[in-house]
Amino acid sequence: MPESRDVLEVRGLYAGYGSVGVLHDVGLKVRMGEMVALLGANGAGKSTLLKAVLGFVETGKGDIIFEGKALGKVRPEAQIRRGVSLVPEGRMLFGPMTVLGNLELGAYSAGRGRQRQKAISAGLERAYALFPVLKERAHQVAQTLSGGEQQMLAIARALMCSPRLLVLDEPSLGLAPRVVAEIFSALETLRGEGMTMLIAEQDASLALKHADRGYVMRNGKVILEDAADALLANEHVSAIYLGSLAGEGEGG
Amino acid sequence: MSELLQFLIAGVKNGAIYALVALGFTVVFASTGAINFAQGEFFMLGGVLGVFFLRLGLPLPAAVLAAVLATAIIGGAFEALAIRPLSAGDPLKIIIVTIGGSVALRQFALHIFGPNEMIIAPFSSGPPIRFAGAAVERQTLWIWGLTLVTVACLAIVYQKTMLGKAMQATSLSHDGARLMGIDTKKMVTVAFVLSAALGAVAGLAVTPLTQTAFDVGAGIGVKGFTAAILGGLGNPLATVCGGIVLGLLESLAAGYFDPLYKDAVALVVLLGVLFVRPSGLAGLMRRGRG
Repeated sequence: MPESRDVLEVRGLYAGYGSVGVLHDVGLKVRMGEMVALLGANGAGKSTLLKAVLGFVETGKGDIIFEGKALGKVRPEAQIRRGVSLVPEGRMLFGPMTVLGNLELGAYSAGRGRQRQKAISAGLERAYALFPVLKERAHQVAQTLSGGEQQMLAIARALMCSPRLLVLDEPSLGLAPRVVAEIFSALETLRGEGMTMLIAEQDASLALKHADRGYVMRNGKVILEDAADALLANEHVSAIYLGSLAGEGEGG
Repeated sequence: MSELLQFLIAGVKNGAIYALVALGFTVVFASTGAINFAQGEFFMLGGVLGVFFLRLGLPLPAAVLAAVLATAIIGGAFEALAIRPLSAGDPLKIIIVTIGGSVALRQFALHIFGPNEMIIAPFSSGPPIRFAGAAVERQTLWIWGLTLVTVACLAIVYQKTMLGKAMQATSLSHDGARLMGIDTKKMVTVAFVLSAALGAVAGLAVTPLTQTAFDVGAGIGVKGFTAAILGGLGNPLATVCGGIVLGLLESLAAGYFDPLYKDAVALVVLLGVLFVRPSGLAGLMRRGRG
């Protein structure tokens, strides 16, 4: 695969909070049109990696390369203008604002005046096609939506600026299986449209069922990387998720 | 009866001024989580700069506009020079810097404009208007009119423009706003610019009635802060109500008891709200709705 096809590449990245290092020499690639799953138990460093890519966490050594260009210090408000959009854990919706108000803000970075208006109408059309319930709820205050609807709103809002990489942090967390299925079917639709996605997910089998490739993290390092099918069949992956694989026993 | 009406008119007049200053506190609090103790100085600068531009020979409307703009620019510059360099997200540091800023702005005004009191002629001349046995000074009508127009403009900016929505988003979730591509630091600057303009409008509108000087900021700061706390430091409508309620309480206390009580009322209300109902009127409104 030629280099230019890599939408995102993380190379030898170290990151953490203050003096506490969380990520150690982490590498990862997301190619155009791919859905990549980032797996690992709670505390493995998935969220920190996503936050580092978005600029919410201080990074040390290593590179974050987006569309072939190495980014220096990353700031979240700059990342979205580059085309990286995050659906954060906890959703970070603007609760007292309406569904429509939230969606409009999603297009904030799409330019000014008429250009933004155009982005808003195109984005709304796509959002309502993907999640028809949001159209019904357009004038409802976001914090009164159900958890599933809020997650749909968070995804729809992240799409409003037509990102070239959609990053999702634990999209299934706390949701009923029926809702999770609905959300992943929407993500499949997006993939059909050619959207490149990086998804951190605790539910490994769910993520691998949909993803093209996966990375397994543990203690702030990537310990496995493979095609999704191969990872699904890998006994170590299930062992890691069952927690039966002791640190020393890795690889053995 | 006409006596009560007179007290009410005076109360709503002062209340409108408190409301504008209180909105300035609220706008900055929403984007920083901090109280801007230099807010009263913006009120002072509005009046003092208005006098300055009038003395330069500008006609009244131009002098008013110039004073509001100049104060807004000073507010933005204050944020850029003194607040922005602080590490983000520490309201306590911001509060301390605004206290220092208020001293600096007061001294700046003292050195440039001198220690004397200054006055602007009423915006329109003529005798007070008689109404049901009470008298309404023409400048009071200006105060009400300017307050209404300013609050309406603020509401339009917040509700209808992307800038206003971005400011709301910033106040609701800093990180969420950054994810949308909103430069939250710029929003803080905009908040200071807006709050300075609000203070300046209040200072200008009231100067024909009360005179102004370099040191009027501290007193009005306490009143505006009390009104903002009474309003719950959030909802703009509750903030305006907080201002009016405070103005009315003061006016009634001064009228029916002793004018000396007027300034004590704000402190009693401030302490009372903080002890009994820290969520202010907004808390009451929320409860009323639920």
